[in-house]
Amino acid sequence: MIEIGLGHYLTLGAVIFTIGVIGIFLNRKNIIVILMSIELILLAVNINLVSFSIYLNDLSGQVFTLFILTVAAAEAAIGLAIIVVYYRNSGTIRVEEIDKLKG
Amino acid sequence: MIAHSIFFYFFSIIAIISAIMVTASKNTVHSVFFLILDFISISCLFIMIGAEFLGMIMLIVYVGAVAVLFLFVVMMLNVAQQKNQWFASKSSSSHIPVGLIISSIIFFELIIVVGGWKYKPDFIKTNNLYETSEMSNTHSLGQVLYTDYIHVFQISGMILLIAMIGAIVLTYRQREGVKKQSYIKQISRERSEGVEVLDVPSNSGVKIDD
Repeated sequence: MIEIGLGHYLTLGAVIFTIGVIGIFLNRKNIIVILMSIELILLAVNINLVSFSIYLNDLSGQVFTLFILTVAAAEAAIGLAIIVVYYRNSGTIRVEEIDKLKG
Repeated sequence: MIAHSIFFYFFSIIAIISAIMVTASKNTVHSVFFLILDFISISCLFIMIGAEFLGMIMLIVYVGAVAVLFLFVVMMLNVAQQKNQWFASKSSSSHIPVGLIISSIIFFELIIVVGGWKYKPDFIKTNNLYETSEMSNTHSLGQVLYTDYIHVFQISGMILLIAMIGAIVLTYRQREGVKKQSYIKQISRERSEGVEVLDVPSNSGVKIDD
Protein backbone atom coordinates (compact mmCIF):
# COMPACT_ATOMS: atom_id res chain seq x y z
CA MET A 1 0.00 0.00 0.00
CA ILE A 2 2.80 2.39 0.87
CA GLU A 3 5.18 1.09 -1.76
CA ILE A 4 4.00 2.53 -5.05
CA GLY A 5 4.51 0.05 -7.85
CA LEU A 6 3.37 -0.52 -11.37
CA GLY A 7 0.05 -1.89 -10.17
CA HIS A 8 -0.96 1.42 -8.62
CA TYR A 9 -0.46 3.28 -11.88
CA LEU A 10 -2.26 0.61 -13.86
CA THR A 11 -5.16 0.74 -11.43
CA LEU A 12 -5.33 4.51 -11.83
CA GLY A 13 -5.38 4.04 -15.58
CA ALA A 14 -8.15 1.45 -15.29
CA VAL A 15 -10.25 3.74 -13.09
CA ILE A 16 -9.94 6.70 -15.45
CA PHE A 17 -10.64 4.50 -18.48
CA THR A 18 -13.80 3.20 -16.83
CA ILE A 19 -14.91 6.71 -15.93
CA GLY A 20 -14.47 7.68 -19.57
CA VAL A 21 -16.57 4.72 -20.74
CA ILE A 22 -19.25 5.58 -18.18
CA GLY A 23 -19.20 9.14 -19.44
CA ILE A 24 -19.84 7.99 -22.99
CA PHE A 25 -22.71 5.72 -21.97
CA LEU A 26 -24.48 7.88 -19.45
CA ASN A 27 -24.14 11.21 -21.16
CA ARG A 28 -27.43 13.00 -21.61
CA LYS A 29 -26.06 16.40 -22.39
CA ASN A 30 -24.19 17.31 -25.51
CA ILE A 31 -21.63 15.72 -27.72
CA ILE A 32 -18.78 17.83 -26.39
CA VAL A 33 -18.88 15.87 -23.15
CA ILE A 34 -18.60 12.65 -25.16
CA LEU A 35 -15.49 14.04 -26.85
CA MET A 36 -14.08 14.89 -23.43
CA SER A 37 -14.75 11.32 -22.29
CA ILE A 38 -12.78 10.08 -25.28
CA GLU A 39 -9.95 12.36 -24.19
CA LEU A 40 -10.13 10.77 -20.74
CA ILE A 41 -9.87 7.29 -22.27
CA LEU A 42 -6.81 8.32 -24.27
CA LEU A 43 -5.34 9.81 -21.11
CA ALA A 44 -5.77 6.48 -19.32
CA VAL A 45 -4.00 4.72 -22.18
CA ASN A 46 -1.19 7.25 -21.86
CA ILE A 47 -0.89 6.55 -18.14
CA ASN A 48 -0.56 2.83 -18.84
CA LEU A 49 2.06 3.34 -21.53
CA VAL A 50 4.16 5.73 -19.48
CA SER A 51 4.10 3.59 -16.34
CA PHE A 52 5.05 0.48 -18.29
CA SER A 53 7.80 2.45 -19.96
CA ILE A 54 9.21 3.62 -16.63
CA TYR A 55 8.97 0.30 -14.83
CA LEU A 56 10.25 -1.77 -17.73
CA ASN A 57 13.02 0.72 -18.39
CA ASP A 58 12.18 0.95 -22.05
CA LEU A 59 11.61 4.19 -23.87
CA SER A 60 9.24 2.91 -26.56
CA GLY A 61 6.22 3.48 -24.37
CA GLN A 62 6.95 7.16 -24.01
CA VAL A 63 7.55 7.54 -27.74
CA PHE A 64 4.19 5.96 -28.45
CA THR A 65 2.59 8.17 -25.84
CA LEU A 66 3.79 11.13 -27.88
CA PHE A 67 2.09 9.70 -30.96
CA ILE A 68 -1.11 9.04 -29.05
CA LEU A 69 -0.98 12.67 -27.93
CA THR A 70 -0.71 13.73 -31.56
CA VAL A 71 -3.63 11.60 -32.63
CA ALA A 72 -5.71 12.82 -29.69
CA ALA A 73 -5.09 16.43 -30.61
CA ALA A 74 -5.99 15.79 -34.25
CA GLU A 75 -9.10 13.90 -33.21
CA ALA A 76 -10.23 16.69 -30.90
CA ALA A 77 -9.74 19.29 -33.63
CA ILE A 78 -11.66 17.32 -36.26
CA GLY A 79 -14.41 16.32 -33.85
CA LEU A 80 -14.95 19.87 -32.66
CA ALA A 81 -15.02 21.09 -36.27
CA ILE A 82 -17.69 18.53 -37.08
CA ILE A 83 -19.66 19.62 -34.02
CA VAL A 84 -19.43 23.26 -35.05
CA VAL A 85 -20.68 22.45 -38.55
CA TYR A 86 -23.50 20.34 -37.17
CA TYR A 87 -24.55 23.09 -34.79
CA ARG A 88 -24.51 25.60 -37.60
CA ASN A 89 -26.75 23.39 -39.70
CA SER A 90 -29.22 22.09 -37.18
CA GLY A 91 -29.00 24.38 -34.17
CA THR A 92 -28.52 21.72 -31.54
CA ILE A 93 -25.90 19.31 -30.36
CA ARG A 94 -27.89 17.56 -27.69
CA VAL A 95 -27.46 13.84 -27.82
CA GLU A 96 -31.15 12.96 -27.93
CA GLU A 97 -31.95 15.33 -30.75
CA ILE A 98 -29.25 14.25 -33.13
CA ASP A 99 -31.00 11.77 -35.37
CA LYS A 100 -30.16 12.88 -38.86
CA LEU A 101 -28.79 9.47 -39.78
CA LYS A 102 -31.84 7.67 -38.34
CA GLY A 103 -29.64 5.04 -36.77
CA MET B 1 9.55 6.41 -0.78
CA ILE B 2 6.90 7.67 1.62
CA ALA B 3 6.88 10.99 -0.17
CA HIS B 4 6.38 9.20 -3.45
CA SER B 5 3.33 7.41 -2.17
CA ILE B 6 1.91 10.54 -0.57
CA PHE B 7 2.25 12.46 -3.84
CA PHE B 8 0.90 9.55 -5.84
CA TYR B 9 -2.26 9.29 -3.74
CA PHE B 10 -2.71 13.07 -3.72
CA PHE B 11 -2.50 13.50 -7.48
CA SER B 12 -4.37 10.32 -8.35
CA ILE B 13 -7.28 11.12 -6.02
CA ILE B 14 -7.52 14.58 -7.57
CA ALA B 15 -7.38 13.01 -11.04
CA ILE B 16 -10.12 10.48 -10.30
CA ILE B 17 -12.42 12.99 -8.66
CA SER B 18 -12.03 15.46 -11.48
CA ALA B 19 -12.58 12.69 -14.05
CA ILE B 20 -15.85 11.87 -12.30
CA MET B 21 -16.78 15.53 -12.31
CA VAL B 22 -16.06 15.79 -16.05
CA THR B 23 -18.78 13.28 -16.77
CA ALA B 24 -21.16 14.24 -13.98
CA SER B 25 -21.18 18.00 -13.82
CA LYS B 26 -24.21 19.72 -15.23
CA ASN B 27 -22.50 22.68 -16.79
CA THR B 28 -20.32 21.98 -19.80
CA VAL B 29 -17.89 24.76 -18.94
CA HIS B 30 -17.32 23.14 -15.55
CA SER B 31 -16.65 19.87 -17.33
CA VAL B 32 -13.93 21.53 -19.36
CA PHE B 33 -12.40 23.03 -16.22
CA PHE B 34 -12.33 19.64 -14.52
CA LEU B 35 -10.80 18.16 -17.66
CA ILE B 36 -8.00 20.73 -17.36
CA LEU B 37 -7.52 19.82 -13.70
CA ASP B 38 -7.36 16.15 -14.65
CA PHE B 39 -4.70 16.76 -17.28
CA ILE B 40 -2.64 18.86 -14.89
CA SER B 41 -2.67 16.25 -12.13
CA ILE B 42 -1.82 13.43 -14.54
CA SER B 43 1.06 15.43 -15.93
CA CYS B 44 2.28 15.99 -12.36
CA LEU B 45 2.21 12.21 -11.96
CA PHE B 46 4.22 11.81 -15.16
CA ILE B 47 6.81 14.30 -13.97
CA MET B 48 6.95 12.52 -10.64
CA ILE B 49 7.74 9.08 -12.01
CA GLY B 50 10.44 10.39 -14.30
CA ALA B 51 8.77 11.06 -17.63
CA GLU B 52 9.24 14.78 -17.35
CA PHE B 53 9.28 15.51 -21.06
CA LEU B 54 5.90 13.88 -21.53
CA GLY B 55 4.53 15.69 -18.51
CA MET B 56 5.52 19.04 -19.94
CA ILE B 57 4.27 18.13 -23.42
CA MET B 58 1.00 17.03 -21.90
CA LEU B 59 0.68 20.38 -20.16
CA ILE B 60 1.40 22.23 -23.38
CA VAL B 61 -0.68 20.14 -25.75
CA TYR B 62 -3.63 19.15 -23.61
CA VAL B 63 -4.04 22.09 -21.28
CA GLY B 64 -2.73 24.72 -23.63
CA ALA B 65 -4.32 23.58 -26.85
CA VAL B 66 -6.96 20.90 -26.59
CA ALA B 67 -8.75 22.07 -23.46
CA VAL B 68 -8.73 25.67 -24.62
CA LEU B 69 -10.14 24.49 -27.95
CA PHE B 70 -12.93 22.74 -26.06
CA LEU B 71 -13.55 25.89 -24.08
CA PHE B 72 -13.75 28.01 -27.22
CA VAL B 73 -16.19 25.64 -28.85
CA VAL B 74 -18.36 25.44 -25.72
CA MET B 75 -18.52 29.20 -25.53
CA MET B 76 -19.13 29.62 -29.26
CA LEU B 77 -21.97 27.13 -29.45
CA ASN B 78 -24.00 28.56 -26.56
CA VAL B 79 -24.44 25.22 -24.87
CA ALA B 80 -23.17 26.39 -21.53
CA GLN B 81 -26.68 27.27 -20.51
CA GLN B 82 -28.05 23.85 -21.34
CA LYS B 83 -28.08 22.67 -17.77
CA ASN B 84 -29.51 19.37 -18.57
CA GLN B 85 -30.77 16.87 -16.11
CA TRP B 86 -28.59 13.90 -15.78
CA PHE B 87 -30.78 11.04 -14.90
CA ALA B 88 -34.11 12.59 -15.70
CA SER B 89 -34.32 11.86 -19.40
CA LYS B 90 -37.43 9.86 -20.08
CA SER B 91 -37.03 8.33 -23.48
CA SER B 92 -33.51 6.99 -23.36
CA SER B 93 -33.02 6.17 -19.70
CA SER B 94 -32.69 2.50 -20.62
CA HIS B 95 -29.10 3.24 -21.59
CA ILE B 96 -28.13 3.83 -18.01
CA PRO B 97 -28.22 0.29 -16.51
CA VAL B 98 -26.65 -1.20 -19.63
CA GLY B 99 -23.92 1.41 -19.56
CA LEU B 100 -23.22 0.82 -15.88
CA ILE B 101 -23.07 -2.94 -16.38
CA ILE B 102 -20.74 -2.71 -19.36
CA SER B 103 -18.42 -0.22 -17.72
CA SER B 104 -18.22 -2.22 -14.50
CA ILE B 105 -17.37 -5.31 -16.55
CA ILE B 106 -14.63 -3.34 -18.32
CA PHE B 107 -13.33 -2.12 -14.97
CA PHE B 108 -13.15 -5.61 -13.47
CA GLU B 109 -11.44 -6.96 -16.57
CA LEU B 110 -8.84 -4.23 -16.34
CA ILE B 111 -8.34 -4.91 -12.63
CA ILE B 112 -7.92 -8.62 -13.33
CA VAL B 113 -5.31 -7.81 -15.95
CA VAL B 114 -3.48 -5.54 -13.53
CA GLY B 115 -3.55 -8.22 -10.83
CA GLY B 116 -2.22 -10.83 -13.19
CA TRP B 117 0.60 -8.52 -14.15
CA LYS B 118 1.34 -7.77 -10.52
CA TYR B 119 1.84 -11.40 -9.60
CA LYS B 120 4.06 -12.01 -12.56
CA PRO B 121 7.35 -13.08 -11.08
CA ASP B 122 9.69 -11.07 -13.20
CA PHE B 123 9.48 -8.40 -15.79
CA ILE B 124 10.14 -9.38 -19.35
CA LYS B 125 13.52 -8.20 -20.42
CA THR B 126 13.24 -5.95 -23.40
CA ASN B 127 15.94 -4.46 -25.47
CA ASN B 128 17.08 -1.59 -23.42
CA LEU B 129 16.79 1.75 -25.08
CA TYR B 130 16.99 3.68 -21.91
CA GLU B 131 20.11 4.82 -20.19
CA THR B 132 19.00 6.49 -17.04
CA SER B 133 22.09 7.58 -15.27
CA GLU B 134 23.96 9.80 -17.64
CA MET B 135 21.23 11.26 -19.84
CA SER B 136 18.10 13.11 -18.95
CA ASN B 137 14.73 11.86 -20.03
CA THR B 138 14.32 14.45 -22.76
CA HIS B 139 17.77 13.79 -24.15
CA SER B 140 17.30 10.04 -24.42
CA LEU B 141 13.78 10.45 -25.81
CA GLY B 142 15.09 12.76 -28.47
CA GLN B 143 17.82 10.32 -29.39
CA VAL B 144 15.30 7.57 -29.89
CA LEU B 145 12.59 9.67 -31.49
CA TYR B 146 14.63 11.10 -34.33
CA THR B 147 16.50 7.93 -35.22
CA ASP B 148 14.50 4.77 -34.65
CA TYR B 149 11.05 6.30 -34.90
CA ILE B 150 11.69 8.90 -37.54
CA HIS B 151 9.13 7.53 -39.99
CA VAL B 152 6.43 7.37 -37.37
CA PHE B 153 7.34 10.89 -36.37
CA GLN B 154 6.93 12.13 -39.92
CA ILE B 155 3.62 10.31 -40.25
CA SER B 156 2.36 11.97 -37.08
CA GLY B 157 3.30 15.33 -38.57
CA MET B 158 1.27 14.42 -41.66
CA ILE B 159 -1.65 13.48 -39.41
CA LEU B 160 -1.53 16.90 -37.78
CA LEU B 161 -1.36 18.62 -41.15
CA ILE B 162 -4.32 16.66 -42.48
CA ALA B 163 -6.28 17.37 -39.31
CA MET B 164 -5.59 21.07 -39.70
CA ILE B 165 -6.69 21.05 -43.34
CA GLY B 166 -9.77 19.03 -42.46
CA ALA B 167 -10.81 21.36 -39.68
CA ILE B 168 -10.39 24.40 -41.90
CA VAL B 169 -12.29 22.81 -44.78
CA LEU B 170 -15.11 21.71 -42.50
CA THR B 171 -15.67 25.02 -40.81
CA TYR B 172 -14.97 27.31 -43.76
CA ARG B 173 -17.97 29.10 -45.14
CA GLN B 174 -18.35 31.51 -47.98
CA ARG B 175 -19.95 34.69 -46.77
CA GLU B 176 -22.17 36.81 -48.95
CA GLY B 177 -21.64 40.51 -49.34
CA VAL B 178 -18.03 40.62 -48.27
CA LYS B 179 -15.72 42.50 -50.61
CA LYS B 180 -12.48 40.72 -51.23
CA GLN B 181 -9.33 41.56 -53.06
CA SER B 182 -8.78 39.36 -56.09
CA TYR B 183 -5.24 39.47 -57.31
CA ILE B 184 -5.90 37.74 -60.59
CA LYS B 185 -8.61 40.26 -61.39
CA GLN B 186 -6.31 43.10 -60.53
CA ILE B 187 -3.34 42.01 -62.57
CA SER B 188 -5.40 40.96 -65.56
CA ARG B 189 -6.91 44.38 -66.02
CA GLU B 190 -5.97 45.95 -69.27
CA ARG B 191 -6.07 49.42 -70.67
CA SER B 192 -8.87 48.66 -73.08
CA GLU B 193 -11.31 47.69 -70.33
CA GLY B 194 -10.09 50.11 -67.72
CA VAL B 195 -9.94 53.38 -69.61
CA GLU B 196 -12.34 54.72 -72.12
CA VAL B 197 -11.93 57.89 -74.12
CA LEU B 198 -15.15 59.73 -74.61
CA ASP B 199 -16.19 62.66 -76.62
CA VAL B 200 -17.67 65.10 -74.21
CA PRO B 201 -20.33 67.23 -75.77
CA SER B 202 -20.33 70.68 -74.38
CA ASN B 203 -23.00 71.76 -71.90
CA SER B 204 -24.39 68.24 -71.40
CA GLY B 205 -21.67 66.14 -69.79
CA VAL B 206 -21.34 62.38 -69.90
CA LYS B 207 -23.17 59.58 -68.22
CA ILE B 208 -20.96 57.15 -66.37
CA ASP B 209 -22.22 53.67 -65.80
CA ASP B 210 -21.86 52.28 -62.32
